[in-house]
Amino acid sequence: MSERASDPSARSVADVFASCRAEGRGALVGYLPAGYPTVDEAVELLTAMAEGGCDLLEVGVPYSDPVMDGPTIQAAADTALRNGFRLRDVFSTVERVTAAGGNCVVMTYFNPVLRYGVDRFAADLAAAGGLGVITPDLIPDEADEWFAASDKYGLSRTFLVSPSSTDERIASTTAAASGFVYATSIMGVTGARDSVNSAAAEIVRRTRPHTSLPIGVGLGVRNGDQAAEIAGFADGVIVGSAFVSAAERGGPSAVRALAQELAAGVARAGLPQPA
Amino acid sequence: MSSSTSVPPSSQVTASQGIETPSGHEPDARGHFGRYGGRWVPEALVAALEELETAYEKARHDPEFLAELDRLHRDYTGRPSPLTDVPKLSQHAGGARILLKREDLNHTGSHKINNVLGQALLTKRMGKKRVIAETGAGQHGVATATACALLDLECVVYMGEVDTRRQALNVARMRLLGATVIPVKTGSRTLKDAINEALRDWVTNVDSTHYLLGTVAGPHPFPQMVRDFHRVIGLEARAQVRERTGRLPTAVAACVGGGSNAIGIFHAFIDDPGVRLVGFEPGGDGVATGRHGATLSEGSPGALHGAFSYLLQDEDGQTAESYSISAGLDYPGVGPEHALLKDLGRAEYQPVTDAEAMDAFSLLCRTEGIIPAIESAHAVAGALRLGKELGPDAVILVNLSGRGDKDVDTAAKWFGMIGQDESAEAADGTAIAEGELATPTVGAEGERATPTVGAEGELATPTVGAEGATQQRAGSFAHPGSQTEGIQA
Repeated sequence: MSERASDPSARSVADVFASCRAEGRGALVGYLPAGYPTVDEAVELLTAMAEGGCDLLEVGVPYSDPVMDGPTIQAAADTALRNGFRLRDVFSTVERVTAAGGNCVVMTYFNPVLRYGVDRFAADLAAAGGLGVITPDLIPDEADEWFAASDKYGLSRTFLVSPSSTDERIASTTAAASGFVYATSIMGVTGARDSVNSAAAEIVRRTRPHTSLPIGVGLGVRNGDQAAEIAGFADGVIVGSAFVSAAERGGPSAVRALAQELAAGVARAGLPQPA
Repeated sequence: MSSSTSVPPSSQVTASQGIETPSGHEPDARGHFGRYGGRWVPEALVAALEELETAYEKARHDPEFLAELDRLHRDYTGRPSPLTDVPKLSQHAGGARILLKREDLNHTGSHKINNVLGQALLTKRMGKKRVIAETGAGQHGVATATACALLDLECVVYMGEVDTRRQALNVARMRLLGATVIPVKTGSRTLKDAINEALRDWVTNVDSTHYLLGTVAGPHPFPQMVRDFHRVIGLEARAQVRERTGRLPTAVAACVGGGSNAIGIFHAFIDDPGVRLVGFEPGGDGVATGRHGATLSEGSPGALHGAFSYLLQDEDGQTAESYSISAGLDYPGVGPEHALLKDLGRAEYQPVTDAEAMDAFSLLCRTEGIIPAIESAHAVAGALRLGKELGPDAVILVNLSGRGDKDVDTAAKWFGMIGQDESAEAADGTAIAEGELATPTVGAEGERATPTVGAEGELATPTVGAEGATQQRAGSFAHPGSQTEGIQA
């Protein structure tokens, strides 16, 4: 794979999780839409998130019809699109954030990838230093073209598992994934919530026997205590809407502070305990 | 396998035949029609889709379910719907014989009830108590609210705020029927965004809730299942046309938004190679203006709302905003089986502008005493176009998918009976009765999808733009069929 300028230890998503594990802790994964509120400001925000302690950054692709997203991320995507975000900007964003020391995967609804060309998208993302793609509305059943492209360019494929997934679906979905598995902790769309649902531990417990991949948990996390709680049973804590709200509230210093709080929570929890 | 022998008389056609008997044009095991269809959805919905698929497969072979569906469609919907000869309208179609399949006479006023009763019965079978639905014109929302009232289901309908304004009558009908109507204020605030919001609700409440999708789009099994519930339209019409005329139609015309009424009537004729199948898409202000919803004519393949199909999108894969005077056709996607029929060349799809549709609307009102839904007026306009092309020997079957009561306000504005800020209900009836109608500028001949008003600047404001232009081009209502100079771009 391509040489990584910043962090030679992290050439893959697996490396990111392994190096966290070597430090006796889980990984903190932070999401922000590219282009929010502008392309340059998003680069600055993502860099601040990495500096604050995000081990992996999910660079979101703003999309017109984000059916898995709640109001916070919908509004951020709208802002980015209104401010002129173009799909090609995601590659320059990844390249710049990677150069500044971040480890990036892209999280995208799949139609923009289809439109750009699946192979071309994978090639351009890998060339920019991106490590993989999270696909919230692509299930392995429809992913033949993505399997080929992600293999060809060495990108990780993160599919989602959900509390409603059957054991058979969990098995087939995790078998198709690489890098890490994204477990949605609740039934619902993105957005910060006050408490961690008990379904989060349950979906991790159900997923664990089917895969040796790290399992990240997302949807609803917003503070250090919640992060610590999730890091008690999951390998990665994924935070999205709370970063968007922080960015809106206080820009780079606010997202850096949130990342620090969340990272401290993750570190406090140590390695996940078997369920 | 065309025509002859084994066709049952129309009196023996039942709704259940559309689901019990495979059409011979099934998707593959994963719901693909060729490269289209499938499940482009979050994993969170897969279990519910599998549950629905299983429930549907079981129900279609369950005599009790089939009998209940048939009983409801006979005694409640009023099926079979009639076939109406419209000789005076036909005079405006080059003498071709036009036959209307009267889905507008179904209970609730459109074809939507065919699918809704089927899915509502399935909801009961799955043990779910809550139903959500999206609606554009409100016809599907009204049908869903109706079925939920009948079958004791909680009903929540998502409707774009633009549409709640232009289809206020249907909002009131839904509320009278006990449904909760949620105006959707995100995105373009039309049908596309109502579907987004319904999908978000479904992801959150999937255990207790059935998403009663109203068209042949969305993830598998919706395109197949909704189609099958609507196949009764074509099965009845095929038998009725043969009985009436002793032959099959030369062409079948239907409007296409998501494509449910079109697939319902087309399907009975797919294996009749001599029958042309023509879908008429909303051309809005004319496809050259960019303000239209002609997905198959102007779009490109991609994934939206759970299916791979044609859609209107920009070069980054962002969904483009559609536009049509007809709320029910104002959608940037289309059902995947239509995408396949287009690629195969088995069906063809043509845009019809707002102006053409409204001319056809007025013509049908004046010549035959039938006020069609503006959606269905697109199919009527298409039939007028086809008739001139095919000549007086042709028989053209038109799916008149809905009635136009809901559209009186929009039409009254279009034809200059009331001002742009008025509603028909609130306006002074004496003024409507005595008012002057503006001079016609668009012929009833239905010029082919050329922008009729594109060069005029008043189209910039999305929600009122098309209406704002109507004073000048109104009056074809006053002179049905008048041959005026079409504006060609």
